[in-house]
Amino acid sequence: MSEDSQKCTIIVFSGDMDKVFAAFIIATTAAAMGMETTMFFTFWGLKAIQKGNVTGKGLFGRMLGLMNRGGIDRLGPSKFNFFGLGRWMFKKMMKDQNVATLPEMLEMAIDLDVKMLACLMSMDVMEISQDDLIDEVDDVVGAATMLAEAQQSQVQYFI
Amino acid sequence: MSEFTPEKTLDAKGLKCPMPVVKTSKEIKSISVGGVLEVLATDPGSMADITAWTKSTGNELLKAEKDEGVFKFYLRRVK
Repeated sequence: MSEDSQKCTIIVFSGDMDKVFAAFIIATTAAAMGMETTMFFTFWGLKAIQKGNVTGKGLFGRMLGLMNRGGIDRLGPSKFNFFGLGRWMFKKMMKDQNVATLPEMLEMAIDLDVKMLACLMSMDVMEISQDDLIDEVDDVVGAATMLAEAQQSQVQYFI
Repeated sequence: MSEFTPEKTLDAKGLKCPMPVVKTSKEIKSISVGGVLEVLATDPGSMADITAWTKSTGNELLKAEKDEGVFKFYLRRVK
């Protein structure tokens, strides 16, 4: 990367397919433009970097793990989901348009050295352990680490 | 036909945003500094996007043309 390298920080709060999609489009493009790019996944956004196994230990954690199961391919759109029908429809429409899939976008982001950070506090609340996250996650951190990254970034997004 | 001799050609035809740019960024690293990469794309957004990408990365856009629905870009790797 160039010596005057710019930085981009994206906070992925949403676990909706469409919003996560936007986050990955921005992240991969920023990385392609030579920007040092960081994605910080928090709360519902953690779903995008989960392996997809059922999570949680206690009653509520387990319930959340079952009803809100992670895995990037399981995400549904923010509107028009209709119990998974919308997800299927959007996947099909995107495929027909030759748009990359979410798992492909994730793979591409990893390939482009996008830094993946997970929010420790929301993992604790939702009873998600680091073992539940994909191996490519660089670190599990707090808000201060994300803010330190964002402070040095010319471009920041909250999605 | 072309006044530039590309070291490599990237066929990004049929790909949608942001793939032409993402693939271009990867391919440009595979050619030598000073070399020319030819990019073929059909996404109409690529005209603006490849131009923005070259500006942002400091590489040089030598030529951009449209030929029967296909956009052709000639990019020189600067660094």
